[in-house]
Amino acid sequence: MTRLQWGVRTVGEVLITVGLFLFLFIAWQLWWTDVTANRAQAVTIHALERGFGPAGTPDRGAADPTAILTKVPFGQAFAIMRIPRFGADYARPVLQGTDTDTLTKGIAHYPGTAFPGQVGNFAVAGHRTTYGKPFSDIDLLHSGDIIVVETKSSYFVYAVDHHVVVTPDQVEVIAAVPQHPGVHPKQAWLTMTACHPRFSANQRYVVFAKLVRSIPRADGLPASYMAVPAGMVG
Amino acid sequence: MYGALWRVLPGPWPVKLLCSLVLVVAVVAVCFLWLFPAIAPYMPFNGNSVQSGLPFSGSLTSAI
Repeated sequence: MTRLQWGVRTVGEVLITVGLFLFLFIAWQLWWTDVTANRAQAVTIHALERGFGPAGTPDRGAADPTAILTKVPFGQAFAIMRIPRFGADYARPVLQGTDTDTLTKGIAHYPGTAFPGQVGNFAVAGHRTTYGKPFSDIDLLHSGDIIVVETKSSYFVYAVDHHVVVTPDQVEVIAAVPQHPGVHPKQAWLTMTACHPRFSANQRYVVFAKLVRSIPRADGLPASYMAVPAGMVG
Repeated sequence: MYGALWRVLPGPWPVKLLCSLVLVVAVVAVCFLWLFPAIAPYMPFNGNSVQSGLPFSGSLTSAI
C-alpha cells in the first residue's frame, strides 16, 4: 500500500467515524434524553406528591397560599403541572429557574415572574422534543383547555386563552401582563413557552392561560377539571 | 485505523470480534453517559435564556 493509499483510507475512516458520532449524538439527544428525563421527572413527581401530602390535607399556617413559594431556591421543584389534553396521567414537575440543567429536569419557571396563583404572569418554559419533552404537544392546546398547577397549598386551575408564535427575542410574552410590558397586572396569567417548530430553536410557541379558580388543597381538586377533552393525544 | 485495531486485538477472529463489540459498547456508553451530556449545553439549540429580574432582557429560553 502506497503512502497515498494509506492517507486516503485513513481520511475516509476518520470521516466515517465522525459521521457515526454525529448520528450517535442525535440518537442520544432525541431518544436517550427522553428515557432518562422521563424516569427522573417521575421520581420528582412522586417526591413532590409525598411532600404535598394526600389531597384534602389541610395546609398549616399559610395565610397567603402563594407567599411560601417566593422563597423557593433555584433549581428546586415546587409544583406539579397537569394538563388533561396531554393525557389523564400527564404530570410534570415545575422547577425554579430556566438554566439548561433545570430545563432537563422538568418545566422551568422564569425567575422574576409571578408564582402560581399570583396576580401577574406565572411564566414557564419546557422542552419540545428532548429531555422528556414536557411541551411536545403544546400546539394541540385549545382555547378553554384546563391546566392545573398543584402546589403544597392549592390547586390553581388555569384555562387556555390564546397562543402566539414569536421569535426568541420577544420576551414581552412573559411580562406581568403578557405582551404589554410595563402595564400593572390585574389578573393571574400563566404563560408557557416552547421551541417551535419541532426540532428547531428558531421560534417560540407561546400559550397564554388565565386563572379561573384557586382551590385550597384541603378541599381537593374536583374530578371534572381532570376530564380528558375529546381528541386527546395521550 | 480500523485495520490496525483489528491486528492489535489478540486471539483468533471470534475473540477479536467479541473484543471489538465490547469496545463499541464501551465507546457508546462513554458518549451517552459523559461526553454527550457534557457537550450538549454548548449546542446552539440548548441554553441561553432570559436574565432574571425585570425588565427582562435576552431571549426566551431555548429548549428544543
